[in-house]
Amino acid sequence: MHAIVAIKQVPDTSNVRIDPETGTLIREGVPAIINPYDIHAVEAAVQLKEQFGGRVTVITMGPPKAAEALIECIEQGADRAILLTDRKFGGADTLATSYVLAHAIEALNAEWPADIILFGKQAIDGDTAQVGPGVAVRLQIPLITYAIAIESFDPVARTAVVHRRIEQGVEVLQTRLPVLLTVEKEIAPVRRAPLPRMITAARYQPEVWTAETPVAFDPRQIGLKGSPTVVGKAYTPAPRAGGAIVTVADCGVEAAVARALEVMGILDTVRSSVAASAGVEVA
Amino acid sequence: MNNGDQPAIPRIWVLIEQQEQQVHPVSWELLGAARRLAADLPGSIVEAVLPGYQVESLAAQVFRYGAERVYLIDESVLAPYRNLPYAVAVSQLVITYQPEIFLIGATTRGRDLAGAIATRVGTGLTADCTELAIDPAGKILAATRPTFGGNLMATILCRRHRPQMATVRPRVLPMPAPLDTGPGDLVRVPFAMCEDDVPVKRLRLIRAEERPNIEYADVIVAGGRGVGGPEGFVLLEELALALGGMVGASRPVVDAGWIDPGHQIGQTGKTVRPKLYIAAGISGAVQHRVGMSGAGVILAINSDPHAPIFQIADLGIVGDLFDVIPEMIRQVKGYSDARQAQL
Ligand SMILES: Cc1cc2nc3c(=O)[nH]c(=O)nc-3n(C[C@H](O)[C@H](O)[C@H](O)COP(=O)(O)OP(=O)(O)OC[C@H]3O[C@@H](n4cnc5c(N)ncnc54)[C@H](O)[C@@H]3O)c2cc1C
Ligand SMILES: Nc1ncnc2c1ncn2[C@@H]1O[C@H](COP(=O)(O)O)[C@@H](O)[C@H]1O
Repeated sequence: MHAIVAIKQVPDTSNVRIDPETGTLIREGVPAIINPYDIHAVEAAVQLKEQFGGRVTVITMGPPKAAEALIECIEQGADRAILLTDRKFGGADTLATSYVLAHAIEALNAEWPADIILFGKQAIDGDTAQVGPGVAVRLQIPLITYAIAIESFDPVARTAVVHRRIEQGVEVLQTRLPVLLTVEKEIAPVRRAPLPRMITAARYQPEVWTAETPVAFDPRQIGLKGSPTVVGKAYTPAPRAGGAIVTVADCGVEAAVARALEVMGILDTVRSSVAASAGVEVA
Repeated sequence: MNNGDQPAIPRIWVLIEQQEQQVHPVSWELLGAARRLAADLPGSIVEAVLPGYQVESLAAQVFRYGAERVYLIDESVLAPYRNLPYAVAVSQLVITYQPEIFLIGATTRGRDLAGAIATRVGTGLTADCTELAIDPAGKILAATRPTFGGNLMATILCRRHRPQMATVRPRVLPMPAPLDTGPGDLVRVPFAMCEDDVPVKRLRLIRAEERPNIEYADVIVAGGRGVGGPEGFVLLEELALALGGMVGASRPVVDAGWIDPGHQIGQTGKTVRPKLYIAAGISGAVQHRVGMSGAGVILAINSDPHAPIFQIADLGIVGDLFDVIPEMIRQVKGYSDARQAQL
């Protein structure tokens, strides 16, 4: 069984701060993490390997620093890690990213065809959720997004049953293999890496693939050139203006609430069916 | 197909999402946006794509929300939803008619589909936009979206590729009023794909118990970590009931299992635009604010006078929510009882 997982290193957006003076994003010192959904994708792949044997390959496209994220995946149980890094890949939007990942996966498939390809449901820096579907289209394989469980997986009969969360509930889908899943965190809880894995990971060096070698990428389809979308402008959102403040410690809870009900027109919502509102004392 | 010698009409398309013959309201919100874009894009027309099975009867509503033409793709292979037949059917239509702009709802299904269509036709797609406009200089779509967890807004342009695709989450755009217009032009589009060519089969659907549709609630009483535990939500529930509203939540309380994920509001939860939003024990992190700052009025209750939620609240009560909420329930109920007595 061969599972390929695409992971992304992202800034921990919960720690991103805006400079109050300039109104710009402070990027320095923001810790980089593995995209939270992607860790669960790796875990799901490792669990399949434990059950069926085989290999887990992780790939990422990013700056050289993204090697850190790959090493964490090795620690978690992945066997092989590939870092797609090249200035020429820079500035990629989701169309160009899906091209690079799909082309790299095709090269890996030539060595050992993947039975399953796993992606996170979305990356928290952009939240687009587009790269997984894009790669499935390019590889011409079935796609199941928002997967929460693999009910059954049969690499011999080449089918799997996958649960997918949608607005109305959970869809149970049967698919042919290979399949590409984008996963929610429920797909597999992350376990702590055992010590021997940590030692393996500490010595591991991810393979580095550039735009030319060992696989040649079409220069028109990568990086800025391969990206139909561009950022016109970026700005910090204008905050909605705040209003008055009442403090319970100053005026007491009864008056504070009465004031809120009045100012906010809350009683209008209660009143909605009745036209007049004569003589009702709230305070 | 092309339009022969005639200059191409810029078509603004909206994908109509339906489940079990019910149109998702985000489709109407998108048609409203499409009409506003059309007003700024000379000569353009608003059209809709309606894929599904036995959905022809929905076309009348689609016209009423402003589509001048509906492309109906009605085939049994399109019931239930699967990515492949939908993506192939809609992509074929895009390649045939070359729309200028294509808007899709950022629902589970819409996101599943939009990325696949954009890749098939090789164009740009901007996800989860909060604002759509026509850039006056280039007459192209300016699609604005939050990034970096809502810390930054970016306006994305797709200059040379068509269509310019964008998704928008439910409730981000206002719901338009239906028009008085009669039916427009219905184009039936044949689609030949047989079930054997679809690699994914739906074995069954485990229905969740009726989820609260908090996206469309007029009043929301939302609680955060300050609510202290699942019991605290009983109190919020009582206030929500008295106000005819629903309960919402911040992410940590959903993660902690105090309340169902369907109640989560914010970047990774739902976007809401109620008339009244009461935030109790919620600090007001940017990831929460992006989901609720479209509310009509915001009342914040927080014991910390420096909580960021006060920066966007129309009225803030600095105090303990366990004092404030019971008093609010008392006053609201007292009022409705008094009103009842009047009747
Ligand atoms: C990628 C990403 C996505 C996210 N998505 C979301 C999202 O969709 N939705 C979301 O909400 N968050 C989201 N978050 C989390 C967000 O950053 C905040 O951590 C979260 O909103 C904080 O929740 P809170 O306000 O309930 O908790 P806290 O920040 O802990 O605030 C609790 C508040 O309660 C007040 N309080 C305590 N006791 C009382 C009392 N007795 N009476 C009155 N007030 C009291 C405190 O003063 C405090 O202000 C996301 C984060 C990341 C990184
Ligand atoms: N640069 C990248 N390298 C590897 N995987 C990626 C990259 N960008 C996105 N992905 C994968 O695609 C998923 C969805 O990302 P996105 O479409 O950007 O929200 C992520 O969870 C990753 O699994």
